[in-house]
Amino acid sequence: MQIFTEEQTMVRDMAAGFLEEKAPVSALRRLRDEGAVLGYDKGLMGEMAGMGWFGMLIGEEAGGVDMGAVAAGLVAEEMGRRLTASPFLSSGVLAATALRDAGALDWAAKVASGAAVVAFAADEHGKHEAGPITTRAEASGNGFVLNGAKRFVSDAVGADRVIVPAMTEEGLALFLVDPAQDGVTTRAFATVDSRNAADLAFEDVQLDGAARIASGEGAEAAMASALRTGRAVAAADLCGVAKEASERTLAYLKERKQFGITIASFQALQHRAADLYTQIQTTEAVIAAALAAIDAGDAEAERLSRVAKAKANKTASLAVREAVQMHGGIGMTDALDIGLFMKKARVSIEYLGDSACHAEWLLREAGL
Amino acid sequence: MSDMQDFRASTRAWLEENCPQEMRQPMGEADVCWGGRNWVFQSDAQQLWLERMAVRGWTVPTWPEAYGGGGLTGDEDRVLREEMQRIHARPPLQSFGIWMLGPALLQFGSEEQKRHYLPQIARGEIRWCQGYSEPGAGSDLAGVQTKGVDRGDYFEVSGQKIWTSYADQADWIFCLVRTEPDAPKHKGISFLLFDMASEGVSTKPIKLISGASPFCETFFDAVKVPKEQIVGERGKGWSIAKYLLTHEREMIGSTDSALFKSESVVDAAREAVGLDATGRLADPLLRARIADFLVDEIAFKAELDRAKAWARAGNQIGVESATLKYTGTELNKRRQEINMESGGFDAVEWDFANAQSDEKASLWLRSKGNSIEGGTSEVMLSILSKAVLELG
Ligand SMILES: Cc1cc2nc3c(=O)[nH]c(=O)nc-3n(C[C@H](O)[C@H](O)[C@H](O)COP(=O)(O)OP(=O)(O)OC[C@H]3O[C@@H](n4cnc5c(N)ncnc54)[C@H](O)[C@@H]3O)c2cc1C
Ligand SMILES: Cc1cc2nc3c(=O)[nH]c(=O)nc-3n(C[C@H](O)[C@H](O)[C@H](O)COP(=O)(O)OP(=O)(O)OC[C@H]3O[C@@H](n4cnc5c(N)ncnc54)[C@H](O)[C@@H]3O)c2cc1C
Repeated sequence: MQIFTEEQTMVRDMAAGFLEEKAPVSALRRLRDEGAVLGYDKGLMGEMAGMGWFGMLIGEEAGGVDMGAVAAGLVAEEMGRRLTASPFLSSGVLAATALRDAGALDWAAKVASGAAVVAFAADEHGKHEAGPITTRAEASGNGFVLNGAKRFVSDAVGADRVIVPAMTEEGLALFLVDPAQDGVTTRAFATVDSRNAADLAFEDVQLDGAARIASGEGAEAAMASALRTGRAVAAADLCGVAKEASERTLAYLKERKQFGITIASFQALQHRAADLYTQIQTTEAVIAAALAAIDAGDAEAERLSRVAKAKANKTASLAVREAVQMHGGIGMTDALDIGLFMKKARVSIEYLGDSACHAEWLLREAGL
Repeated sequence: MSDMQDFRASTRAWLEENCPQEMRQPMGEADVCWGGRNWVFQSDAQQLWLERMAVRGWTVPTWPEAYGGGGLTGDEDRVLREEMQRIHARPPLQSFGIWMLGPALLQFGSEEQKRHYLPQIARGEIRWCQGYSEPGAGSDLAGVQTKGVDRGDYFEVSGQKIWTSYADQADWIFCLVRTEPDAPKHKGISFLLFDMASEGVSTKPIKLISGASPFCETFFDAVKVPKEQIVGERGKGWSIAKYLLTHEREMIGSTDSALFKSESVVDAAREAVGLDATGRLADPLLRARIADFLVDEIAFKAELDRAKAWARAGNQIGVESATLKYTGTELNKRRQEINMESGGFDAVEWDFANAQSDEKASLWLRSKGNSIEGGTSEVMLSILSKAVLELG
C-alpha cells in the first residue's frame, strides 16, 4: 500500500538491478569464505558511490546528490534483501549526515565521491545507548588530547577517518580522527554476519584544532541527526532482510512436500506466515513514515525513527526465526542462505539500538 | 492561496461557527449518534450538529452530492477531518449505513437505489443493521441457510440470523438470503434490503460478557420482501457481501473508530501504578510490556495513515483490510489487557448489572469481540495466506 513517486520507483529498481547483478548473497558468502579483511568489496563501493549512493544525504554543494533519507532507505532495503556488504550505512549515511550537519563539507565530499570511508563511533558500552560518553578530549595548545575507548565501530577497519564523539570542557564535541594515528589502538574482529567492526582505544592522541568538527549544541544536534537518520535507514535495511527471508520461506513452503502434499497446505504454517506478513506491512509503513519525517524536518522524526528501528528489529527477528524453523533441517545448514539472514538480523538488531533501547526512550518520553 | 488552503480556511471558519461547544468534547460509546427513525437525541446540540453537517453532506464527505454526500475529494476530506480533530469535533453521525451499506450500494446499487437509500443514510434518517451471521454460518458465512422463496413479485424470507448488532434498534436490514437453493453454496445467495418493521420480523436481545446487549437473535417468519429490494442480481449476493466486509474490516481495524476509544495505556498506568523515585513506572515488568506495546501501537498508527493516504489517492484497500483488521484488533486486545493489569484491584471492581461502557472492565471484555466480529483473526490470516501469499 506504499505510494512511491516515479523518482523513488526508479531509485529502488536501479538499486535492485545493480545489486542483484553485483552484490547478491553469493557475493557475501564469497567474501566470508575468502576471509576478506575489509568485509566488503572496495571496487564495488566505488561503483555505488558513482551512482550517488554515498551522497544521498549530502547537498550538491559538497558533491552529493541530496536525495534524502527516503531514497537512502530504498537503497538500504535492497541491500538488506541481498545481505550486501558495504560501508553504506556507516559512511554513506551516519558519517555523511554528521559531516553535513557539522559543516565539514570537505570530508562530506570525499564520502560522497567514495574517495574516503568515514566510520562513526557511536558506542562505548556493551549495548547501544547503555551509558554516558566517557571519552574525553582536553584542550592543549591549539588542539586536543583524546583519551578513552569506543566499541563496535562498524567498518572502522580500512576507514580513512572515524568520527569520535567525546566530552570537552564545552560539552560534547565531534572529532575526526585518523585511526592510523599514534595513540589509536584498533582491535578488529569479525561479527557473526561476516562483517568487520573494531574496538578503538585512544591514549593521549594528539589532535589539531581542525579535527573538532562540531562542539556543544552543534555537536549534540549533528550526532542526534546522524543517529536518527542512521537508525531509520538501518531499519529499512532490516526490513529488506525480513522481506527476503520471508519470501524465500514462502517459496520453500510451496515446493517442499511431506505427507504427500506441499507443506504450504498446513494451516499451522499458513497462519504464521500470514501473521509475519502483517508484521512486515506495519514495519514497512512506520519506516516510510520515519524516513519521510526526517526529510521533512518534522518534529515527530526522532520518535518515528526509534519506533521504526524497534519495530524492524522485532519483525526481522521473527522473520528469520520463522524462516529457519519452517525450512526444517535444511534451514540449519550453511549451504542454504537462510542462516546468513538470521546472522545479519542479529547484528543489525544490536546496531544503533535494539527494541528495548528504543522502547526505553519512548517510555521516558511518555513520562513512565 | 492554493485551493486547498482556501478550503481549509473556509472549513475552519464554518466549523468554528457551526459546531456546538458540547459537540467538542471527547466521546465514549454511549455518546455516539446513530440516527434512525426512533432515535432520541441525547441533546439539542447533538441534533443541531447532525442537521448542520447533513445539510452540507459532511456526514459522508466523499459521497457524491446527488446521493446526499459532500462530494469532497480525498484531500478535501482529509482537511475536513483534520479541522474537525483540531477542535475535537465529534463525528455527527455513525452507522452501519455509512461504514458498510453505503460503499456497497455505491459500487453495486442501481441508480434508483442509490438515490433512494443513500440520502437517508447521509441524513441519519434510517438506521441499518447487518444480517449476515447465522447459528450455522459464522466463519463459513457462505453457508447461510435463511431462505427467500420466489413468490412472483416478492421473496418470502424465513430463517434466523444471530449476533445482529443493534437489530432491535435498527430500521432496515441488509441481509444475506439463499434464494437459489439448487445453486452451489456461493452462487445461491442474494443481497436483500428490507424494513425491520415488516410483518414476520422479530428480535431477541443477547447479553454480552461486557454486560451490554448490543446484539440480537433475529427471526424471519415469511417476511415479504419486494423484488426491487434486491441489490445486484439474484444469486450474486456473495461478491457484494465480501466487498462490504472489506469496508467493515477497514473500519474495525481503525483505532480512531469510536468503538476503540479508551484511555491511553500510558495515562492509565501512570495513574494506577505510579512512578518510583527515578521517575519510572513502579512496576518494572508491566513497564516492559507497555514499552513493547507502544512500539506496535505507534507503528500501527503509521500503517493506518498509510492506508488512508492510499485510499485518498483513489486506490481500493481490498484484501489488505484483513491486515488492518487483524493487526488493529489484536492490538486493541493487548491494550485492554494492559489496562486491566495496571488497574489491578480497582479495575476488577465491577458490577455486571450496572456496567458502564467506558469502565476498564467493560472495555476489556468488549475488546474480545473485536477479533471475532467482521470475521475472526483466524479467518483474516486464512484470507491473507490464500489471497496474498498464495499458500495451500
Ligand atoms: C541439528 C540436527 C541434527 C539432526 N540429527 C539427526 C540424526 O541424527 N538422525 C536423523 O535421522 N535425523 C536427524 N535430524 C533430522 C531431523 O529429525 C529432521 O530435520 C526433522 O524431523 C524435520 O524434518 P525435515 O528437516 O525434513 O523438515 P520438514 O519435515 O520438511 O519440515 C519443514 C517445516 O514444515 C513443518 N511441517 C512439516 N509437516 C507439518 C505438518 N503436518 N503440519 C505443520 N507443519 C509441518 C515442520 O515443522 C518444519 O517447520 C537432525 C536435524 C538437525 C537440525
Ligand atoms: C460483538 C460482535 C458483533 C457482531 N455483529 C454482527 C452483526 O452485526 N451482524 C452479523 O451478521 N454478525 C455479527 N457478528 C458475528 C460475527 O461476524 C461472527 O461471530 C464471526 O464471523 C464468527 O462466527 P462464529 O461466531 O459463528 O464463530 P465460528 O465460525 O464458529 O468460529 C469459532 C472459532 O473457530 C475458528 N475458525 C472457524 N473456521 C476456521 C478455519 N477455517 N480455520 C481456522 N479457524 C477457524 C474461528 O476463528 C473461531 O476462533 C458479531 C459478532 C460479535 C462478537
